[in-house]
Amino acid sequence: MPANPTPPAERPHTVYYFGTCLVDLFYPEAGLAGMELLRREGLRVVFPQDQSCCGQPARNTGLFEEARAVARTQFRAFPEPWPIIVPSGSCAGMMRVHYPQLFADEPDRAEAEAFAARVYELTWFLVHALDVRLRDTGEPVRVTWHPSCHSMREMGVTDEPKRLLRSLANVELVENPRERECCGFGGTFSVRQPEVSGAMVADKIAAVSATGAAEMLTGDCGCLMNIDGAMSKAGTPMGRRHIAEFLMERCHGR
Amino acid sequence: MAADGDFAARAHAALGNAEVRANFRRAMDGLMAKRAAQFTDPQAWAQTRARGAAIKRRVLARLPELLERLEARCEANGIRVHWAETTGDANRIVLGILQEAGARTVVKGKSMVSEEMHLNAFLDRHGITAVESDLGEYIIQLAGEMPSHIVMPCIHKNKGDIARLFAEHIEGQGYTEDVAELTAAARRVLRSKFAAADAGISGVNFAVAETGTLVLIENEGNGRLSTTLPPLHIAVTGIEKLVETLDDIPPLLALLPRSATGQAVTTYVNMISGPRRDGEKDGPRAVHLVLLDNGRSRVYADAELRDTLRCIRCGACMNHCPVYARVGGHTYDAVYPGPIGKILTPQLAGLDAAGDLPHASSLCNACVEVCPVQIPIADILVRLRREAVRPSDTPAVKGAGAKRAPLEALAWAAWRWMYATPALYRLGSRLMARFGNRIPERLPPLNRWTGVRTRPRFAGRTLHDLARDKGYDDA
Repeated sequence: MPANPTPPAERPHTVYYFGTCLVDLFYPEAGLAGMELLRREGLRVVFPQDQSCCGQPARNTGLFEEARAVARTQFRAFPEPWPIIVPSGSCAGMMRVHYPQLFADEPDRAEAEAFAARVYELTWFLVHALDVRLRDTGEPVRVTWHPSCHSMREMGVTDEPKRLLRSLANVELVENPRERECCGFGGTFSVRQPEVSGAMVADKIAAVSATGAAEMLTGDCGCLMNIDGAMSKAGTPMGRRHIAEFLMERCHGR
Repeated sequence: MAADGDFAARAHAALGNAEVRANFRRAMDGLMAKRAAQFTDPQAWAQTRARGAAIKRRVLARLPELLERLEARCEANGIRVHWAETTGDANRIVLGILQEAGARTVVKGKSMVSEEMHLNAFLDRHGITAVESDLGEYIIQLAGEMPSHIVMPCIHKNKGDIARLFAEHIEGQGYTEDVAELTAAARRVLRSKFAAADAGISGVNFAVAETGTLVLIENEGNGRLSTTLPPLHIAVTGIEKLVETLDDIPPLLALLPRSATGQAVTTYVNMISGPRRDGEKDGPRAVHLVLLDNGRSRVYADAELRDTLRCIRCGACMNHCPVYARVGGHTYDAVYPGPIGKILTPQLAGLDAAGDLPHASSLCNACVEVCPVQIPIADILVRLRREAVRPSDTPAVKGAGAKRAPLEALAWAAWRWMYATPALYRLGSRLMARFGNRIPERLPPLNRWTGVRTRPRFAGRTLHDLARDKGYDDA
C-alpha cells in the first residue's frame, strides 16, 4: 500500500540525504544533482559518511537478519530528527514501508518506525515540502518519463516528477502508454530470471522509444541501470538519465 | 545467487514462442483495459476492496467455527458434506459417491479445485468419463492441456488453434475460424452431454455458512446445466471459499467479475441451496459438497500467510503481471499460475517442490495494486523466499530451508559485514568504484546480466567521496 506521506509540518532548514548504494557506485553525479537541487532551495544538506545501503537486496532475498543489521547501521548514521531525502522510490519504499514490518517484533521497533516516518522520495519532497519553482534555461527538448514501481506503489509518488517536468517551459513531456509496467529490473530478479527480465526491458525500451522523445528520465537508478544497459546493448540512441541531473542541467546550467 | 532452474527453463521455451506470447499480450491488454473501465473512481475502488478484504478477513478469523456451521446448515438443506484432507481423499470421496449412484458419465462446470485434484484423470482411471462443459475448459480438455489461467483456461490459444482442435476432435466439423460457428459446434456436442450425464460436478465461488447456500457464478449457463440437469450434483471446493452471511455476497460480487473480466455482473449467478424437493419439477435428486483442505489449514495457521486464503480467484493479479503476460500460465507448471499461484503453490506443494516460484517476480506490486481483497502478494513472496532459506524444526511452510545454499549464505554474510560496517563499506565501495570495471564479465552474476545489457559502469569515485569534496556536511 502506498505510504501517502504528509510533508513535514514546517519547512526544514536541514535535511539528510541518503544517496543509495547503486548511486554511490554507478551514478554519483545523479546523487550530487539531487543534493544540489535541495541546497539551491536554501536547505542545509547533510550527507552522513556512515551511510551504506537500505538493506533491500537482503530483505527481498528473504534474509531479514542481514537486512536488519544493515538497516540498524542507517539508524545510527542518521541520528537527528531531520527529514531523510532519497533519490530513489525503491530505496525510500524499503525504508518507509518495509522497515516497520521488518522490525515489528524487534526491541528497536520504535526507532525503525521513527526513522521510516522521516523518509521522503526526492521529487515528492521537492513538490510537496519545498514547493519548488523551476526556471528552464535549456533548449526545447522532448522527454518521456519512466516511473519506478516502488515509487508509485510504495511511496505514492504519482504525478510529482511529471509536474516538475511540465513546469519547464522548453520541455515537452510525452507519456508512454506502458509507463506503469515494470522495466524488469527487480534487483536479483534481473539475474535470477535473466530472460524474463530481458523480455521486459526490451518491451520497455520499445515503449519509451515510440514516444519519439530525445531522452528518457527516471527517478530510480535501479531501473536506470537496467534500461541504460539494455539500451547500450541494443544501440538505442535515446538519452537516459536520473531526473535530478536533468533538472540541474536545465535550471542551473550543469 | 543461482539462476532459478525450472521456471527459467520453461520461461525460455515460452519466450521463444512468438505466437503464444502475442496471444497473452493481446488478451492481458484487453483484460486490463476492461477492468480499468469498471473501477474509474479511485475512492470508490478503495472502499469496495476494503469491504471485500474485511469480509474475507472476518470469515477467516472464525473459519473452524463457521465451517462447522456451514456443514450443519448444508446438511439441514439436504446437502451431504464431506471433508477431504488431501486431494487423494477428495478424489476417493467423489468416486465413491459416483459409484454408489452407478454414474458412468459426468459433466463438469469449471472448477479449479477439481484441477488441483486432477480429478478427470483419476475418474478416467476408474472408468468414469468426465466432460468439461465450460468452453475454455472443453477446449483444453480436447487438447490434453492444463489451464493457463484460472478464469480463462485456454487464453493461450487463438482462433486458429481452436479451429484445428475442433476439426480434429468433433465429428463432422470442418476447419473454420468463424467464432460463432465454433461456439455452435461446442454447444452441439455439450448439449448432448448435459442431457445424458449421470452426474454434474462443479466448483463453488462462495459457500454461505449462515444459510448453507453454494454460490456459483458463470457466463455460459453450463454451470447451471451441470448443477441442475443431472440427477446428482457434486460440488468441490477449498475450505477458504466460505463467507459468513448472504449479506456478504453482494459486495464480493461487486468485486469478482469486475476484477476478473471487466464485467459488471456475470450472466448467471447460481444460488444452490439443496436437492430437488418434493413437488419440484427439476434439480438434482442428491447434492454433495466436498470440502478440500490440501494444506490450507497449514496456511491458515500462520497469521501472515493466512492472507493468501482471502483469494476469490478473480485472476486480476495474473492479468496485470508483467511476468505472466510474457511467459504465460504453463510456465508456472502449476494449477494456479501467476502471482496468486506464486504464493499459493509453494504453500500447498512445499518449498522443496516449488521453491523457485517466489523468486519469479520483480516485486513490482502490480498485483497488489489490483487485488480486490488486498492480499499483500509481494510481502508473502518475500516471506516465502525467507522460509525457503531458513531451515526449522517447526516450519511454517512445508519444505522450509530447501533452497538454502551454503555458498550463497556465505556471500550474504560478507555483504552484511561490509554494509553494516561504515569504515569497511567506504573502503570497499571506493575500491569497487575504482577497480570494479575490471571484474571479468564471465563471472556470475555479471554473466547473467550481460545477455541483454552492457555491464554497469563503476563511476570511478563514490558519492561519499564526491559529497565530501563538494563540502557537504557529514553531520
